Amino acid sequence: MNWLRGTLQELRKYPTAMLGLVVILALVLISAYALITIPYSEAIRLWRGGEEVVRDYPKNARPVWTNYFTRTKLARSYILDSREEDGEAIMRVTEPESSFAQKEETIIFSIDFEYDTFPQELILYLNGRYSEKQPHVSVTWETPDGREIRIGELSAGRNETYRFNADQRLERRLRGVKPEIGLFAVPESDPPVPLEGTYRLKVNSLLFDADDGLDARFVVYGQVYGLAGTDHRRRDLMVPLLWGTPVALAFGLLAAVGSTLTTMIIAAVGVWYGGAVDGAIQRITEVNLILPVLPILIMVGTFYSRSIWVILGVVILLGIFGAGIKTFRAIFLQVKESPYIEAAQSYGAGSWRIIMVYLVPRIVPLLIPQLVVLIPGFVFLEASLTVLGLGDPVLPTWGKIINDANNQGALFNGYYYWVLQPAALLMLTGLGFSMVGFALDRIFNPRLRGV
Amino acid sequence: MAETTVPIQPESSPAAAQKKASSGALNRILKYTLVRTIVLFITVVVGIYLTILIANMGGHVDNIRKAQIREGLAVAVGLSDEFRQLTPEMRRQTIEALALEEERRIGLDQPFILRSFGFLKNALTMNLGFAESMSSDSGSRTVRLIILERLPSTLVLFATANIFLFFLSIFAALILSRNYGSVIDRFVVAMAPTSAAPGWFYGIFLILIFAALLGWLPFGGMVSAPPPESKLLYAASLLRHMILPTAAIVVSTVFLTIYTWRTFFLIYSSEDYVEMAKAKGLTSRMIERRYILRPTLPTIITTFALTLINLWTGAIILETVFNWPGLGRLLFRAIGLFDTPVIVGSTVIYAYLLAITVFLLDFIYALVDPRVKVGGGGPKT
Repeated sequence: MNWLRGTLQELRKYPTAMLGLVVILALVLISAYALITIPYSEAIRLWRGGEEVVRDYPKNARPVWTNYFTRTKLARSYILDSREEDGEAIMRVTEPESSFAQKEETIIFSIDFEYDTFPQELILYLNGRYSEKQPHVSVTWETPDGREIRIGELSAGRNETYRFNADQRLERRLRGVKPEIGLFAVPESDPPVPLEGTYRLKVNSLLFDADDGLDARFVVYGQVYGLAGTDHRRRDLMVPLLWGTPVALAFGLLAAVGSTLTTMIIAAVGVWYGGAVDGAIQRITEVNLILPVLPILIMVGTFYSRSIWVILGVVILLGIFGAGIKTFRAIFLQVKESPYIEAAQSYGAGSWRIIMVYLVPRIVPLLIPQLVVLIPGFVFLEASLTVLGLGDPVLPTWGKIINDANNQGALFNGYYYWVLQPAALLMLTGLGFSMVGFALDRIFNPRLRGV
Repeated sequence: MAETTVPIQPESSPAAAQKKASSGALNRILKYTLVRTIVLFITVVVGIYLTILIANMGGHVDNIRKAQIREGLAVAVGLSDEFRQLTPEMRRQTIEALALEEERRIGLDQPFILRSFGFLKNALTMNLGFAESMSSDSGSRTVRLIILERLPSTLVLFATANIFLFFLSIFAALILSRNYGSVIDRFVVAMAPTSAAPGWFYGIFLILIFAALLGWLPFGGMVSAPPPESKLLYAASLLRHMILPTAAIVVSTVFLTIYTWRTFFLIYSSEDYVEMAKAKGLTSRMIERRYILRPTLPTIITTFALTLINLWTGAIILETVFNWPGLGRLLFRAIGLFDTPVIVGSTVIYAYLLAITVFLLDFIYALVDPRVKVGGGGPKT
């Protein structure tokens, strides 16, 4: 552990390296947070989930924080449910006496709308509780300037969904303006401008039995959602952004450790046995250097499996005869001449024992700089494969987000957040590790120290 | 690269000796080139054989060939008169029987090891048959034609970017080594870690800034649609479309390259013979050209070969991001359509391209390094 402390001491002289360490630490903390708050199965459910997971999220919504940077404030989302009554936004008024039915009930949703754009869509979910006859529901919309707009009348089954956008009659009543615009616009404004203030949606129900009731859920799909926004399939991008961190770090670290350790052992074997073995290893290294790695990985991905573990295995296999062999070989050649190796030989240690116990551990201190240098490359390799559409089909990762965004023309359509968030995280990971790696390289490579 | 021999000083050698040396040099370069060609060819063969092994373990190469045989027979049977009277069922049986015979004839019933060498020969000559669902712009379904059609656009982009990268880095590195420790020098050193990210990554940012936000340059593609009629306008449009992908390639590696090369220059400029030259009173330009640049070039070319190998890998995704109609984009589409022959063909052509790149750099290496001799090992020693 002494050399570790020494290395840290040396690293302090490089401010960029310290910055890199802070970034790496932050990424590790994010990973831990992701793994603790969203367990694996939950992450998969949220990422691959169907209608019930994403039904309340707007489509392609920007992150909420973008509103701080733009002059036009984008509409946020509102999810109001009569089952969670809170005095201000959701009110329930019951009139026991009614001339038409057993009782009459009104649910009033109010939203404070202070934005410069219109929402994406409006949906009212109704759950009627009834014994014989479905409750009769009439919906009205009250604007801040006191206008009342009749939305429609319907009988509420046990699971009723009313989509404002799909209602042709409502659109006609609003003189051909789309409901999500017409309901919020300043009257007669052209182009339509949203009217700020408190809107009310009144859901009036006639219930025909004493035990009957109605629950309603009013969802206003805004243009912004959450801290990370959503994608074209309404999924919250926070899940892949958070979960992408441990996946990227684990892939980078495992690939780096796997290929570096095997490379070290191969180099030690070559040096120890020398002659034809050494020659063969060197030739293989030269061939391996020019192999088209990415096309080979692409073939494995298309023909066999896209599982991240298979890809990881192939990456390690292709990395065994990596460029690192030359460096390690040079060091082993020196170590091989040391007296303690001779001593080991004289007490009768076998070749494998010498390689594994005396040669390889000698250069383990070199492992860490080598790892740190290699990690960003592997992180980006995983992202690259995913961007090509060969990512693990199950896991939510950063590359997956970029892939989706690219397929949906995110940059062309102006959804910058979609690309920028995963790209920023990738960049941070790459920079963090390579800043530390650069400093370590200078510390361990004295030839570079002066310059 | 650790050894530092004093370079031969051309001005001191007599004319006769120089002539003999130059013919010797030619011989040496030819021999070296030949050896490197053989080594690289073996590399390509190994790479392609690996490709075949990977592709065939899923039985894909066999399926390609069997499908090809059946397709050919179906056409032949459909066209010939003698089979016209047969019912569809009988016709199918005939085709099946003929196909089995044909498979036996070309040896598909033989063990895989024997057949794999046949595949190897076909792959080496790019004789990969027909694509399953893709076709070239001219309408051909031959894999070779599909790939060859895309090759020029990839080469244009890649060659431009790399030549630009090479000279930009050399000049910048020389200037920095002269102004060691200056603000720009420290800036480049600080920026060097950014080269951890591949070109396509910077491509996304460049598209965002210059295409989406500023609207100065196109989002992607190779020429504007419809392509301009006149040659001059066509070239102008091509250039406009090339700016961003080229910039992405350059930005993704330039800082690291400059940093590494400047370090080489600094190491070589602290050699004794440089001090000696300074003492002789030579101009700093001359010292730079003859005593620093010359011995550093071989090392620089070696590192550039490694950079290029990495860049080729990145080019596949770069083309996808920029919608550049080259090999990378072809491979991307082939993955999407699951078109095995095209995927295998693309891998083969990438193996060739990598080998050719390394070969060219090896050749230049032999030209600039007077120490190169056969058996002395390649540049990567």
